[in-house]
Amino acid sequence: MLYATASQTVGPYLHIGLSGLNCADLTADAPELAGQRIVIEGRVLDGRGEPVPDGMVEIWQANPAGRYRHPDDARDVPLAPGFTGFGRVPTEADGAFRFVTVKPGAVPGIDGRPQAPHIMVSVFMRGLVKHVATRMYFPDEGEANSADAVLSLVPAERIGTLVARSDGPQRYRWDIVLQGAAETVF
Amino acid sequence: MPPRSDRPAPYRRPYWNTQPDYRYDPYGSTQLRAPTQPLIALPQSLSEVTGPTFGPEFVRAGDNDLTVGNGGEPIGERMLVTGRVLDENGRPVPNALIEIWQANAAGRYTHRRDQHDAPLDPHFSGEGRTITDANGHYQCKTIKPGAYPWRNHHNAWRPQHIHFSLFGNAYATRLVTQMYFPGDPLLAYDPIFQCVPDEKARNRLIAGFDWETTSPEYALGYRFDIVLRGRDATPME
Repeated sequence: MLYATASQTVGPYLHIGLSGLNCADLTADAPELAGQRIVIEGRVLDGRGEPVPDGMVEIWQANPAGRYRHPDDARDVPLAPGFTGFGRVPTEADGAFRFVTVKPGAVPGIDGRPQAPHIMVSVFMRGLVKHVATRMYFPDEGEANSADAVLSLVPAERIGTLVARSDGPQRYRWDIVLQGAAETVF
Repeated sequence: MPPRSDRPAPYRRPYWNTQPDYRYDPYGSTQLRAPTQPLIALPQSLSEVTGPTFGPEFVRAGDNDLTVGNGGEPIGERMLVTGRVLDENGRPVPNALIEIWQANAAGRYTHRRDQHDAPLDPHFSGEGRTITDANGHYQCKTIKPGAYPWRNHHNAWRPQHIHFSLFGNAYATRLVTQMYFPGDPLLAYDPIFQCVPDEKARNRLIAGFDWETTSPEYALGYRFDIVLRGRDATPME
């Protein structure tokens, strides 16, 4: 057996190599995509509450029907033409990131029961020797969130760090906090 | 029995000490950025075992040649980097997108935040992309990056390195790493290299000089194989 190569930080100059796949609007190539467009905005904050201006956020999600565009998702659920489910943006000087996408449908968990709709999120930056991975859930899915197998693994007082706030119609705010009492669950 | 379509086999957890911990005080930037609360290991559902897929259409001819500058060749020691991308089960990973970036031969990045007093090279952007073939092979042409100072501690210098970013087959196999060079005296003093606890795992980040890749009267060759997480179980046959 081989061992996976060790992770190393992206360093401060990640944008040189990682800008080519930037995608802030996951709906841009999917004009016929069903489902409501949503905006997800937030900031990445360090252990002092200072913005992280040199990071990168990647997201991965199912389409509104709950299907991932991937060979291992062979379920009989329709794909959405032009929708890859992948997004990537650098953080801005004030730590901000912003995606335009659609709300994902429910995807089964390992027990076969539906998981609450969620977006997979990876964050990269100088000072992270390996990326952090987390999930963003939706505030208007209270019942599904309560039944979600992954959220049930999270201490009750920390679940809120994984649930976005509603910020107007189809707009969500969700900050990624690297350290401290309000630290996002990774 | 075939695997259930809603539960493909999960990926292995990292082997002890082969991956760095988030917090590594000698690398100062980890102190305010490494998570401090307990991490929660997720069960691997479809969300973790799927991930973005990129076909050859994401790579244009010449993307893997960093020496094709703006109307001239970059200064520096020309080199070829080749290798295979495998999973932990030793199987090649085809169609693995690789993004690379690096400093120029003088140790300067083409980046507005890099203020190191070393010359920029108008013919070197330091950025490239490639994708593995059916056997997991990749190759890039570039120039050897220079070492450069940073402010982590007094007289801190990063060893020569190239950044690699890979998507494997899944969200769970995502990897960003750095490739180093054999015999670099700075490795012993570099907290980023040293943050990997296991010595063998650390040394696997060092490319091998490779005669077979070396091109006569043209470029030195280095070999750097990359291993992505592999599936924990294979279906019964």
